[in-house]
Formats: sequence, structure tokens, C-alpha cells
Amino acid sequence: MAFLVVIIILYGLYKKLSIYDVFVEGAKESFSIILTLFPTLLGMVLCINLLVGSGLFDYLFNIIKISFIPVDIIPLMILRPVSGSSTLAILSNILTKFGADSYTGVLASTMMGSTDTTVYCLAVYFGAVGIKNARYALANGLLADICAFIISIFLVKLLYNCFF
Amino acid sequence: MISLIFGLFIIIGIIFSIFSGNIGNMSNVIVKSASDTFNIITGLFPLMALWLGIMNIASKSGFLKKLTHLLRPLLNLLFPDVPKDSKALEYVSSNIIMNMFGLGNAATPMGIKALKSLKELNNNSTTASDSMITFLVLNTTGFTIIPTTIISYRLMYGSSNPSAITPICIIASLLGSIVGILINLIMKKVFRWHS
Repeated sequence: MAFLVVIIILYGLYKKLSIYDVFVEGAKESFSIILTLFPTLLGMVLCINLLVGSGLFDYLFNIIKISFIPVDIIPLMILRPVSGSSTLAILSNILTKFGADSYTGVLASTMMGSTDTTVYCLAVYFGAVGIKNARYALANGLLADICAFIISIFLVKLLYNCFF
Repeated sequence: MISLIFGLFIIIGIIFSIFSGNIGNMSNVIVKSASDTFNIITGLFPLMALWLGIMNIASKSGFLKKLTHLLRPLLNLLFPDVPKDSKALEYVSSNIIMNMFGLGNAATPMGIKALKSLKELNNNSTTASDSMITFLVLNTTGFTIIPTTIISYRLMYGSSNPSAITPICIIASLLGSIVGILINLIMKKVFRWHS
């Protein structure tokens, strides 16, 4: 990271830019972005918190059982698109319970590494620039997440013995 | 559509909490949302200011243009509707590169600038354009070369070789991104037929 900053600064000096003024001007932009972001994010966090806090997901985890997926992975898969902090907590539990190098631990880590909090990303990005109609964005993102989970399951089955 | 999700999540959440016996806790959850959001924003704000400042130097000096040249073939394929010399592509490529190296804090402000430019190209409409959705999918499928968070978690929980996960993560996230983009190409076509 430091390396990247040095390159950018050196390149700016080389182009004879008044880099300090340019830096301040750029940083100023964060105010307007944060101002539009806060209310939209608040709405998103409110409705997601209510859904997660209702216990609906705990109920879902108990009824969903898929033979080739370890039971402890299911909550991770369901919450991943919605909440980054809950899924990191689930990942910690899995890594403590099974060990970081266990099959379940590696599968959970791979799933986390190949996906992102889709709903949160959508809220932040589209909220910050004021997009009201997201069209097929959510469906596209969630489908991609499901595919990434399936890919992770097959890949870890295939490669676990090669790397661990 | 967002109003519908907002309403549904709240109503389903409250109705379900009555059945699960969590209803007593719901007022707490509602109030806590405000402080949760504040914590996210206060975490994001200073880092965003910092990176917007640094990246403004990168943008004004023409450094980002150089990055864009590196990704040109990929960008032409993914964003056929965006003019080749537009600022949007500069921000898009820096966002992709930051994400690849696991610099999420620097990637987010670049992503927001990218979407701002894409919105301008779309006549400032409040409806998402195809390019904006492609960009979002690129971000949520998150192609990463160094999965920094995962490696640090594995280190914390006593892995004998924390970075051993890297090859599997690279393949999984690369395949995930490719599939995500393929789904995007198909959905783009389907939605064009509809309208």
C-alpha cells in the first residue's frame, strides 16, 4: 500500500502538479459522498438488522440440510450477501470449532474469499450516487454468489488434499 | 423496487419475531441500527477522504490513464457502451486493480466515482444502466489475488500456513467472476428484449 502511495506521489511531482492542493481538493469530495450515503445506508441497515434480529435465519438454518455441504456452512451461505459482520463472526466460529486448516475451515474461507456482501455493496454504491431503480442488479449479484458457492464446494473437494 | 425490499424486510422481520419470541428485543434492534450505521460511516469517512485525496493526484497526473491502458481489452469487452476516453473507465480500472490487491478501503471511493461518471453518461437517470450493473457484479464477485482478510483470520485461528489458501481462493474468485459476468451478459440481453 505504501509502495502504491509513493508511486502516485512521485508521478504527481514528475508531472509538476501542486500535489497538496490536488490532495485536499480530492479529499473534500468525501463530504458530499458521505452526506448522500448516510441516509440510504441507515435504511438498509435498519431493514437488514430487523430481518436478522427476528430469528428468521436461525429457523432457516435448522430446516435447510444439504447432504454434501457441512451443516455449519449453511448459515454462512445464507447470511453472506446480507451482512459482512455476521459472516465474519460465523467464520471465526467455524475456524475455532474445526481448525483453520480443516476441510470445513478451508471451505468456509474459500467461500468468503470468492464472494462479497452483495446487498450491502449494492446499497452503498447505488445509494451513494442516487440510483433508485436497480433493475436486475440484485438478481444478477445473488445468482453469481450462489454459483461462487457451488464452485467453492467443488474446488475445495478437488484441491483440498493438494494444498493442506 | 428498493422500497419493496425495505418494506418486506421490516414487516417479515417483525412478524417473524412475534413467532420466534424475539419481539421484546426488536426495539433494541431498531435503535441499534442507527448506531451501527454511524459506526460504519465513521469507519468509512476518514479512509474515503484519504483515498479520494491520493487518488485525485493519481487521476490529475494521468497515472490512472496508464492503468486504464493495461486493462483496455477487458474494459472494451465488459463496457461496450462506455466511450473509450471517458473518465469512468479510469475509475473502473483503478477500482478493479485496488480490489485485486485486497485494498478494499481504496477501492470503494473509486467505485463510487466510477458509478458517478457512469450515471452522468446515462443522462443522470436514477435507473441503473447495464454498465453500472456490470460494474457492480465485478465488485460483488470480487476477483482477488491476495485475500488479505481471509489470510489474517487464518493466522489468528492458528493455521500452520495461513497463505496456503491463496491459490484456491484465486481460482474460486476468478471462476466466480467469470460466471458472474456470463450471467450478466445473459441478463443484459434478456432485459433488452423486454424493453
